[in-house]
Amino acid sequence: MSPSGETRVLLEHIDEPGCETLAGYERVGGYKAMRKALLEMDPEEVVSELEASGLRGRGGAGFSMGKKASFIPKGAMDKYLCCNADESEPGTFKDRLLMQKAPHRLIEGIIIASWAAGANRTFIFIRGEYELQAEVLDRAVAEAYDAGYLGERVLGSKHSVELVVHRGAGAYICGEESALLDALEGKRGNPRLKPPFPANQGLYQGPTLINNVETLSCAPLIIERGADWFRSYGTDQSAGTKVVSVSGNVQRPGNYEVELGITGRELVYGLAGGPPEGHAVKCWFPGGSSAPVLLDEHLDLPYTFEDMDAAGSMLGSGAIIVVDDSVPIVHVALRLAEFYRHESCGKCVPCREGTQWTVKMLERVDSGAATPMDLEIMAQVQENIIGHCLCVLGDSMAMPIGSMIKHFRDEFEQHIQDARAQGERELLVETAS
Amino acid sequence: MSEAESERPLPVRAAPAGAVTGWDQAVDLTKDPALIPDAAEISVPPELRSEIEITMARYPERHSAALPALTAAQRLHGWCSPEAIDQVACVMGVTPAYLTSVVTFYDMLKGQPVGTNSVYVCTSVACCVRDAKAVHDAIAAAAEEAGLEDTEIREFECLGACDMAPVCSVNGRFVGPLETSDAPEIVAAIKEGRTVLPGRSLEDA
Repeated sequence: MSPSGETRVLLEHIDEPGCETLAGYERVGGYKAMRKALLEMDPEEVVSELEASGLRGRGGAGFSMGKKASFIPKGAMDKYLCCNADESEPGTFKDRLLMQKAPHRLIEGIIIASWAAGANRTFIFIRGEYELQAEVLDRAVAEAYDAGYLGERVLGSKHSVELVVHRGAGAYICGEESALLDALEGKRGNPRLKPPFPANQGLYQGPTLINNVETLSCAPLIIERGADWFRSYGTDQSAGTKVVSVSGNVQRPGNYEVELGITGRELVYGLAGGPPEGHAVKCWFPGGSSAPVLLDEHLDLPYTFEDMDAAGSMLGSGAIIVVDDSVPIVHVALRLAEFYRHESCGKCVPCREGTQWTVKMLERVDSGAATPMDLEIMAQVQENIIGHCLCVLGDSMAMPIGSMIKHFRDEFEQHIQDARAQGERELLVETAS
Repeated sequence: MSEAESERPLPVRAAPAGAVTGWDQAVDLTKDPALIPDAAEISVPPELRSEIEITMARYPERHSAALPALTAAQRLHGWCSPEAIDQVACVMGVTPAYLTSVVTFYDMLKGQPVGTNSVYVCTSVACCVRDAKAVHDAIAAAAEEAGLEDTEIREFECLGACDMAPVCSVNGRFVGPLETSDAPEIVAAIKEGRTVLPGRSLEDA
């Protein structure tokens, strides 16, 4: 750990100018891992190395990357790899940095992972709003083609790989893996029924490996330096380092790469400077806006997949949003619910209707028209969304809203009372005048 | 139904995000469904045609080109107008209805002529706690005051730049962190065609 508290592995050369070009990346040792993987290792060896490293998916679900790659069936058939760069989870902006500053590390990771999975067609699905980053990627992909790192028989090996940068057009749901596949096929981005899982029937009905930008960017480092090196960082169940996006009411919002297992307090107060002078942390989202909120006391827990799970939340995409005591919790809940209402694709009833009714009930809470019993109903609605849809978009609203009602019930009730009293006062003034 | 009831006007509904022209009109069931437009009847600008054809060739399945093709047509026409959709449908060999279903789903494809400039102010959670709503309202008020036209100003979901909160995307260029006092300068810069808030965008980071 450096004195600043960061452990820079992925972000090691990120501030060096020119690092986004092929020459700049090769100067700091880039594309060595690709040579090693393609020329010295079998696909099976690459898969087992990734599995041994304990690398867990950095997009939100935290599933073992090596295990996921091992699910891809063997044999001669069209297989695909999709890099999920549709980073739309509120609070998350780590992939944006990795793509803008180190696009070649991602491309190298894609080449290695596609070799491991036997995929010849690969795609980067980048969200439409990231125009700058998509242009950087376009340039980097063209450079990689010119250098012979992409295309037919890379470096004279048996592996041929094509890479296309595909821009989305603004839909949060496309970050869900099966909706991403539908969007890539040129349809409305609706999630699919699972099973069959994408590993068996994904893009164009072929076996498809889908990984997040940060996950794929870790692969070259693991292949080059070994699984044991990666395991030397982090904890037993949460190996490695993680780029954490810290935002909200903090003095120095930004991306910080840390070893998994440092405390939330070191991240929020040490690195990000904590809330503005005179304010305290009211609650924080440990893994993007879909994660149930935690309180100040939970900041002392180690920031790992397992500890966040045990605390009743999740590490998710590794995005910490801090809410300080100046913000009414009802406003946070309402804005959150509006987001999910807008982004619900409408395919499953519990999510489409549940998000709509939650917004309406929260508006009543905000205006003072609600009764404390409404909070009961609202909590019940959240429970009825969880687990009842094709994807987890509905759950992503239900879990944080449910946790807010649990932790801040008094504040919700007080908010209703205050809003009602205010309304009555205004009515009196109106009648008097 | 009584005479009085049938004359009662229908409640006015706000257009949902991404709505296309005619979204609130009943379907004419006597009409034949629109087929793939005949190439002899539709004139497609050559540069648009070649861009769509090149894009289709990059995918194993031509339908995958729907999003890039519609984005290209929107760049040309300003929005996904019926004419733009017909042109894309003609080159891709799909029905206009299929493309319309795609347009209505995505926030960045415009089903209405809302203006060639876009100002998307992020008001999602991380920006919301930093008072992004006030920034949006200030920009909207400043635009009204300055008589800014041909510009879509709207609240947008998370732009993925929470380190610059409150942030907004002006024609795809991210600027932030913003204060309400920046609003007049943003509006003036768009109106005069200048770079908005130079030195405070994501490229400069």
